[in-house]
Amino acid sequence: MPFFMVLASMMGFGSLARESGLSLGVSVVSSATVWGLPGQVAFAELFAVGAPVLAIMLASSMANLRFLPMSMSMLPLFRTDQRAWRWRYILVALMSINTWALTLRHGPAMPQDQRFHYYMGLCITCMTGGLIGTALGYLLAVSFPFFVIVSLIYLNPVYFIFLFSGVRHRNCILALLIGALLGPLFHLISPDWGLPFCGIIAGSAAFWIDKRMKASPGGPSL
Amino acid sequence: MTDVSFIGGLWGLLILVSLSTYIWRASGVVIAARINPDGALSQWFNCVAYGMLAGLISRIMLMPIGILAETPLADRLAALAAGFVLFWVFKRHMLPATLGATAVFLALTTLRSFGYL
Repeated sequence: MPFFMVLASMMGFGSLARESGLSLGVSVVSSATVWGLPGQVAFAELFAVGAPVLAIMLASSMANLRFLPMSMSMLPLFRTDQRAWRWRYILVALMSINTWALTLRHGPAMPQDQRFHYYMGLCITCMTGGLIGTALGYLLAVSFPFFVIVSLIYLNPVYFIFLFSGVRHRNCILALLIGALLGPLFHLISPDWGLPFCGIIAGSAAFWIDKRMKASPGGPSL
Repeated sequence: MTDVSFIGGLWGLLILVSLSTYIWRASGVVIAARINPDGALSQWFNCVAYGMLAGLISRIMLMPIGILAETPLADRLAALAAGFVLFWVFKRHMLPATLGATAVFLALTTLRSFGYL
């Protein structure tokens, strides 16, 4: 299932990249090296409108700021496995929301030495889907009607909403709910800085509320 | 289009963009190696990651940019609601929920583009 999700959403990027005037090679390689849709979209769209090089770098970098807390929260799962730890800079390069969320959900229950295999398998599956999707989207962009392309793009956020609906830890659930509430509001205040602030405030609030609930005896637990 | 001749063309720009996004991933590694994985700080970063992702996805749903912005908010939310009904009916299985929501969305946008809605 992750394979087809990534395939479909990267098809959306492929068609956008073509419209933006990127070459097929650059589009496909960007899926592998940037490996994060919001950053790639910023890259393609700002390039198309002729933004300065520095602005493109900043915007795509900011759009992928989420990878900082994501890699920090995922790496402890691989810390005790010597071989996986040696590959840590590669592990985070291959990380996407998909591989991160699935590894965080299934990884802790796995024996230490199996996590590496699980994660790499997942990453290779997603990366293959992403690269094929980008190329397909680029090549087929003109032959799809509007409602098909837009549905392919819609598939991506919907998939993540249901992926996160399966999260069990109370502090994570709180962070998701508060983040979902604040995300659009903060975006209105600042499209560039809204998201990092939303993450910090929603995450801190969730962390604090969870601590308070644990501290009070007889409090509800999920 | 941006003038990229001075940085070695489009490929030069791609290298710069890739490096500027990889910085976050690499910083995560550097910090993760220095903090206690079971400690409060690690938990907090985990919450921040979830908060940031939820904010991003909810922003894409409610205030999309690009092609998704051309669809009505009502369509996006109605399809999502249908997905949640399926999520509940199928006892928290993602596949029917995701496909169901996308199918409803596809149906709505198709009907709209043929002028039936």
